[in-house]
Amino acid sequence: MLQNILPGGGVSLMFSNLRTMWLVFLHLFRKKETIQYPEEKIKLHPRWRGRIVLTKDPDGGERCVGCYLCAAACPVDCIALQATEDENGRRYPEFFRINFSRCIFCGYCEEACPTYAIQLIPDFEMGEYNRQNLVFEKEDLLINSEGKYPGYNFYKVAGMEAGVKAKGKGDNEELPVDVKSLLP
Amino acid sequence: MSVMQHIWIVLGVLFVLLNIAAGLIWVERRLLALWQDRLGPNRAGPLGLFIVLADTLKLFFKEDWIPPFADKWIFITAPAIVVGSVLLSFVIIPFAPGIVVADLNIGLLFFLAMSSLGVYSIVLGGWASNNKYALLGALRGASQMIAYEVFMGLSLMGVVMLTGSFKMGAIVEAQKDMWFIVTQPVGFFVFFIAGIAETHRLPFDIPEAESELIAGYHAEYSGMKFGMFFIGEYLGITLISAMMVALFFGGWLGPAFLPPLAWFALKTFFFIGVFILLRASLPRPRYDQLIEYGWKILLPVVLANLMITGAIALWVRGE
Repeated sequence: MLQNILPGGGVSLMFSNLRTMWLVFLHLFRKKETIQYPEEKIKLHPRWRGRIVLTKDPDGGERCVGCYLCAAACPVDCIALQATEDENGRRYPEFFRINFSRCIFCGYCEEACPTYAIQLIPDFEMGEYNRQNLVFEKEDLLINSEGKYPGYNFYKVAGMEAGVKAKGKGDNEELPVDVKSLLP
Repeated sequence: MSVMQHIWIVLGVLFVLLNIAAGLIWVERRLLALWQDRLGPNRAGPLGLFIVLADTLKLFFKEDWIPPFADKWIFITAPAIVVGSVLLSFVIIPFAPGIVVADLNIGLLFFLAMSSLGVYSIVLGGWASNNKYALLGALRGASQMIAYEVFMGLSLMGVVMLTGSFKMGAIVEAQKDMWFIVTQPVGFFVFFIAGIAETHRLPFDIPEAESELIAGYHAEYSGMKFGMFFIGEYLGITLISAMMVALFFGGWLGPAFLPPLAWFALKTFFFIGVFILLRASLPRPRYDQLIEYGWKILLPVVLANLMITGAIALWVRGE
């Protein structure tokens, strides 16, 4: 009769319940999972997608060339920028604005960026009391670092001059062919 | 005892009990957390103790809402009944020699009567809410509590037979040589299960069953009215724990290095801990399983216990 009422068989079920209680009780002495946040920080991995930054190339110039690909890739349209050129023809953003109250930290902008300029870094502590403070301008976004890709300089590998290197002086770049010479 | 002394005992018991009931908010949350590998509330005050204050304040400042479709006066009365009936049950608990509000001749019967009255708060609360989930919870609560009243009463009769008295003081005194847990293990076992069902604590929280019935009979309650149900539940745990201690674990009796009151409190807190451990470890049975378990297993067991205890008691007395 017990088996009909209690699945798993009457008396043994009783003891399995007691065993359950004992095993749960033993959890009192286990290590706790809780991380006591403000004092203890969580370990963030290097590729953790947090706050967005704009990096600089090894020479200290802005990497961003204002191609708008990040703004186009952004699924929530939180990136706004305006491209412009300096006197050498080097492109850079006139303004670059990210609204972090919109941002979903998906990392698509980083994937879209052809010059490794925009990068997501392991930092999530961006709490603000005022919503307006979450709109970051270019001076808030630019950091004095090369980020995850040290040594990379877009204008060194690009065909354009733009005041960074003379024609044919770039990395892995051959000197232009002199079409007026007969020598091979 | 003078009248003044009596009043002091009443006030003291009331003060201590209400504080314990509130303090159990913290105890339960901390213990549950520890058993689930968490830390629990540990920010407000030393060890997070002020969470009690915060929770109480929160309950006081919540909107005290009576649904327009509810039966107003019954709706208001229901939460008071549970606290009232449980507090009245504490009248007969002998905390220590001399520290008892009223050691009635019919103490045990009074306790059973008061715990039956607790059903009214569930039934009336669920019915007055005029809400299908509340009504379902109330129906479940009523059948569960009425069914388990039977085994609760019967399981205690063994103790009464061995003592020959319904008086709580006499029952504790009768355990001088041997606690009744030794002579009445089956009685204790059934009383414990019935006690969980009576206080509708997990795993037998079928009248509330938040995963099925939202919050069951108190789904429509908010603010301090909900708080009364809450306090009533914690008082119920304390009551059943205290009753188990007094009836089966020798009440205030214990080695002399601690005062009797401390022994009683220690044992009671142990059982409160067991109640919380039950909540942390066991899943809720189905409603029909609970009722079936009661009538098909506990009733025969407790009747057999009653018969055997009676036979042995008669045999020992040589009649």
